[in-house]
Amino acid sequence: MDAEKAQAYWKENIRTILSLLVVWFVVSLGAGVLFIEQLNAIEISGVKLGFWFAQQGAIYAFVILIFVYVHKMGKIDEKYGVDE
Amino acid sequence: MELQSLIYLFVGISFSVYIGIAVWARAGSTKEFYIAGGGVHPVANGMATAADWMSAASFISLAGIIAFKGSDGGAYLMGWTGGYVLLALLLAPYLRKFGKFTVPDFVGDRYYSDLARTVAVVAVIFISFTYVAGQMRGVGIVFSRFLEVDVNTGVMLGMGIVFIYSVLGGMKGITYTQVAQYVVMIFAFTVPAIFLSIQVTDTFLPQLGLFSQTAFAFDDGVRSIPQGTYLMHALDQAVNDLGFNNYTEPGSVFNMFMLTVVLMAGTAGLPHVIVRFFTVPKVKDARISAGWALVFIAIMYTTIASVAAFSRVNLISNVQNVEYKAFVSGEVIRPDGTINNGSWFKTWEEGGLLAWNDRNGDGKIQYANGTAFDGPKGKPAFDGEARGINGQRLTTNAKGAPTETELKANNGVANEIYVDRDIMVLANPEIANLPAWVIALMAAGGLAAALSTAAGLLLVISASISHDLFGQVLMKDKKTGKSTLTEKNELRLARGAAVVAILVAGYLGINPPGFVAQVVAFAFGLAAASFFPVIILGIFDKRMNKEGAISGMIVGLTFTFAYIVYFVFLGGAKEDYLFGIAPTGIGTLGMVLHFVVAYFVSRATPPPPAEIQAIVENIRVPSGAGAAIDH
Repeated sequence: MDAEKAQAYWKENIRTILSLLVVWFVVSLGAGVLFIEQLNAIEISGVKLGFWFAQQGAIYAFVILIFVYVHKMGKIDEKYGVDE
Repeated sequence: MELQSLIYLFVGISFSVYIGIAVWARAGSTKEFYIAGGGVHPVANGMATAADWMSAASFISLAGIIAFKGSDGGAYLMGWTGGYVLLALLLAPYLRKFGKFTVPDFVGDRYYSDLARTVAVVAVIFISFTYVAGQMRGVGIVFSRFLEVDVNTGVMLGMGIVFIYSVLGGMKGITYTQVAQYVVMIFAFTVPAIFLSIQVTDTFLPQLGLFSQTAFAFDDGVRSIPQGTYLMHALDQAVNDLGFNNYTEPGSVFNMFMLTVVLMAGTAGLPHVIVRFFTVPKVKDARISAGWALVFIAIMYTTIASVAAFSRVNLISNVQNVEYKAFVSGEVIRPDGTINNGSWFKTWEEGGLLAWNDRNGDGKIQYANGTAFDGPKGKPAFDGEARGINGQRLTTNAKGAPTETELKANNGVANEIYVDRDIMVLANPEIANLPAWVIALMAAGGLAAALSTAAGLLLVISASISHDLFGQVLMKDKKTGKSTLTEKNELRLARGAAVVAILVAGYLGINPPGFVAQVVAFAFGLAAASFFPVIILGIFDKRMNKEGAISGMIVGLTFTFAYIVYFVFLGGAKEDYLFGIAPTGIGTLGMVLHFVVAYFVSRATPPPPAEIQAIVENIRVPSGAGAAIDH
């Protein structure tokens, strides 16, 4: 792979990682910690929303995030012909 | 069958399976010993990673910690899972492409320095031993409680089993044993959780039990909470009546933030977790494997929050205002006609993890906020085998009759019991009167959790001694830069190092340093302040050189180490906390310092040599990972 193509691949990779890390931050440190009190004002079946994010919701989101990452990277790898 | 025979049966069968696997998956080369030959299927690796990761602390202690901490316990749940996102996105694929055996391998090669490698080896050994000591204590607790042997015999039995499959099988043996251990542990955790969920809320899935309504009315000692109240409302109401903070009320947002970050970064930086991603065939497999690992971890972790809430409700509803004597002999009848059998209370009291001090002399147990004993953290100091008039164990530091202020603060209820957090999960099936085989399964699960993690850690320790310290530093040929150890000798050395590591771990399990609980903060703080940043920079910052990496690691490690030692062990006062950061969360600041120092030092010193920059270019592209390269 030539240097230019490698650089383009790396850039796209970084962009994917960063966008997913934003979601990662929002669902855990955002919803479960920084804004927990605001979200706790919303209640579903007795469970406060901020509390739920910190104790369960963030974990579901993490699982989805990794599989989205795998899928996106698979596509990028294919596009640049670096998949195996 | 009787409970005790069932326990022997379950533990016996699971142990035979582990040993059988070890014999089948013996390691014949260093490559098999260190990274299982590099051919593990990503799903199997995910399962092994999950077993490796979920330790005695996750299995035995975590739900108990959350049951008593409530909302703030979420830091552990998010931290210990969120780290896998960092691992999958930022570390695992690149380290797999790099294709060596250990974490110090990466640090030493990427930063072309034996000093960096040695600092990494020291950190690996320290972090892993800290962790292993806790596992061995877990093994001891489970053995002494369930197998009616004393703790020392229990620890030695555990050492023997780990010895067989890690020394013989290396990473290959461990990986396949861990797959079996995962299956045992996940059943052991979820089956009682499902029973509890049905019992407390009429809901089958524990994850949804959190959103359900209570299946029974119970008296919290102040008021009766009717059947059909939302579980979380019932819990908040009950703990609030008894003078605790609301279960769902968050504490300090700042400290929870710092703790969550340190646990996430620490998770991603723990050597025994990282090394698991060296065992899969391709870069793509490393990515998906992290995903599978998190799926398997999430099955247990999303159950934990519910188990915590159920067990707190169960504790309050079962012990509040029951007559001790009748309770422990199984004579208390609930309003619905079922027996509220308190024999578990007696068993754990005999084990010294539970105590009752009849402060108001009414012969009944009361549970509320506050302590019933004068020891640190309200711990009881038992007075030998001395018994009180109700048959309860006596202590030398029992508090006297409740004071006016105490009663006023807790709506007229003064606390009379001490409950060790570590017993909640193990006692749950008994508190809920579940069938004997569920309790037996619990015992096998607790052992699987502790042994799988201990084995993974011991392997990392032995690899860093034989491969990194001897192979790459002490026995290295100065001219060729290659290890002078033959493959055969290195394998022997690795097995020898594993034996020594097991003996040290066993010693720590039998003579646990009094500070085991506190040192966990060490493991995560140090991993977050050392490996996590140094690896990230090695991949994402091509300009990072050895000067930057070494100074970053040293600053991060020393700062975090010194802060924890000063405030945890040397009695530093809370008022002196830097920006009010608790020692458990200080690794976050250590990590930031590491990044900052490394950046400025590297920019003020010459860039890394061209061949190193080429390595970085190479690990950024997934194709051509091939097999792990020996030196």
